[in-house]
Amino acid sequence: MDFYQVLQIIVPSMIGLAAPLIFTALGGVFSERSGVVNIGLEGLMVIGAFTGIVFNLTFADVFGAATPWVAVLVAMVAGTIFSLLHAVASITFRADQTVSGVAINLLAIGLTLFLVKKLYGKGQTDMVTENFDRVDIKFLSDIPFIGKIFFSNGYYISYIAIILAIIVWYVIFKTPFGLRIRAVGEHPMAADTMGVNVAKIRYAGVLLSGAFAGIGGAVHAMTVSNEFSHTTINGQGFMAIAAMIFGKWHPIGAMGAGLFFGLAQSLSIVGASLPFFKDIPAVYLLIAPYVLTVIALTGFIGRADAPKASGLPYIKGKR
Amino acid sequence: MVKKMFGLLIPVLSVVLGLLAGAIIMLVSGYNPVDAYMALFFGIFGDSYFLGEAIRTVTPYILAGLAVAFAFRTGLFNIGVEGQLIVGWLAAVWVGITFELPMLIHLPLAILAGGLAGAVWAFIPGLLKAKFRVHEVIVSIMLNYTALHVTNYIISYVLTDKLDKTNNIFETATLRSPLLSGLTDGSRLHWGIIVAIICAIIMWFILEKTTTGFELKAVGFNQHASEYAGMNVNRNIMMSMVISGVFAGFAGAMEGLGTFGYASIKSGFTGIGFDGIAVALLGANTAIGVVLAAFLFGGLKAGALNIPVETPIPNEIVDIVIALIVFFVASSYFIRWILNRINKKGVK
Repeated sequence: MDFYQVLQIIVPSMIGLAAPLIFTALGGVFSERSGVVNIGLEGLMVIGAFTGIVFNLTFADVFGAATPWVAVLVAMVAGTIFSLLHAVASITFRADQTVSGVAINLLAIGLTLFLVKKLYGKGQTDMVTENFDRVDIKFLSDIPFIGKIFFSNGYYISYIAIILAIIVWYVIFKTPFGLRIRAVGEHPMAADTMGVNVAKIRYAGVLLSGAFAGIGGAVHAMTVSNEFSHTTINGQGFMAIAAMIFGKWHPIGAMGAGLFFGLAQSLSIVGASLPFFKDIPAVYLLIAPYVLTVIALTGFIGRADAPKASGLPYIKGKR
Repeated sequence: MVKKMFGLLIPVLSVVLGLLAGAIIMLVSGYNPVDAYMALFFGIFGDSYFLGEAIRTVTPYILAGLAVAFAFRTGLFNIGVEGQLIVGWLAAVWVGITFELPMLIHLPLAILAGGLAGAVWAFIPGLLKAKFRVHEVIVSIMLNYTALHVTNYIISYVLTDKLDKTNNIFETATLRSPLLSGLTDGSRLHWGIIVAIICAIIMWFILEKTTTGFELKAVGFNQHASEYAGMNVNRNIMMSMVISGVFAGFAGAMEGLGTFGYASIKSGFTGIGFDGIAVALLGANTAIGVVLAAFLFGGLKAGALNIPVETPIPNEIVDIVIALIVFFVASSYFIRWILNRINKKGVK
């Protein structure tokens, strides 16, 4: 097997595994940029995965091949609604945002397993029948050399994740709404003085993070595991948080980090069968995203600073 | 006095609200909440076996709760208890299967190894917080996953030859007791509960009776003021994380040396570390509060296993209730606001 063939295996697998991380990390960017820490991304992904799979199983006959796409949209709505809990607790009730996020995670896994057992009478769902198909993108996959690597044997939804990163970058850095999000995350009092409704913008940030994490969870469930159980989402939400930090709270950075973590995951899965990687114990690849994030935070790879007001509730009139 | 009542009222109210919300969820899902809570109660106090298992579940909960609470008092959020617990578990078992020593040395050595491993694992976020101002929450989350993968690797490639669990520990390192087990109808109750209670007393003593504890709390209240008062903030941050990590490591050692007697590959987290956050929060970060909260949550977790035996209701309902209790405690501003409203009306 030559290197070109190896790339044709690794890269599509990398993009596929990275997509859920990118969606969720982009959600995290919205929330944290508006000043609300969202440790609950993991739980929101669980909700998304659960909703996506259950919808897919229930309505596969109705929607046919379009089922996964509709399921992703429904999961997005479910994630948004669930993230409302985090928004209410951390913005209106001024709860500790990390604690509220932990509660979201505990609640999500408890609630979804409760419902799975109620609906199916066992600890996991059946496998879904309507999956996202792997496709070769028209025209682009015909490009010599890179077409076979980057645009073949992938999911449409993965490419949407990458395009979405660019859209989110535009929204956050080029639109008034994005400016407001960044303002309430850096200096809410100044934003408030200028007439920006801090609570409203923060609600928008958290709800967007819920929507994106819902999509991320559903995409992960319908491309990787194809069923829902307590291990379907097993740290992907936290890895998305890592990607967001590693990408320095920047949408494009988060996408890059997501792709990189996707590569590490893909190597830890398919690496054992490839000539160049089989000598590396999988454990190094498994811990790479986490260790690299810690190193990035300490400033060895350029300093990563969180938005200034991130994690602090805004109380009007308090200096 | 009023303030003290408030401090007690909010946890109690949160528990009641949590149980009520759980009941509503069961009603909506078409289950009978009375049956569930009866089965839950029986699953804790029903017979001596259940009671023994409940106390066994409480043991690591106390220690994990103490770990979170201790860091909280210094203004640090140790969300990494889970990872520290896992490495503590492995280290304790490692000592337990490797050496052959008299029990008087072996058992304390194994427990201390667990504590030490937890301390080392917690020292990393402490150090990075003190030296580089990196937020301890993110670092310890990353270290949780690192711990999970590294311990799995060590178990299957270093301690065994590609097996999914280690040998059982030697009899001289075990916390298990035929006496306790016999008293509770063959449950896995072990001496760990004594260790946990001693640790709670140690935490109370350090925080309330020593200069170190005073400094740790001072840093938690106001870093700048403590620094101007001549305290070494960085040293206190590291110290707090290390002590917190020792408690977390002990929690792992209790599982390794008491409940299981071996370490096995984990596909996911034990959850004890995260539940420790709930325990600390409900216990208002005090030693006695943590012990009480651990008995509540540990009891609920153990009793939950009886719910699907006696009713058609999934035991996850208890996880939902616990999460909701955390939610209500965290949102105590809301409860406080309502109570203030009611009080004011009463005055008028």
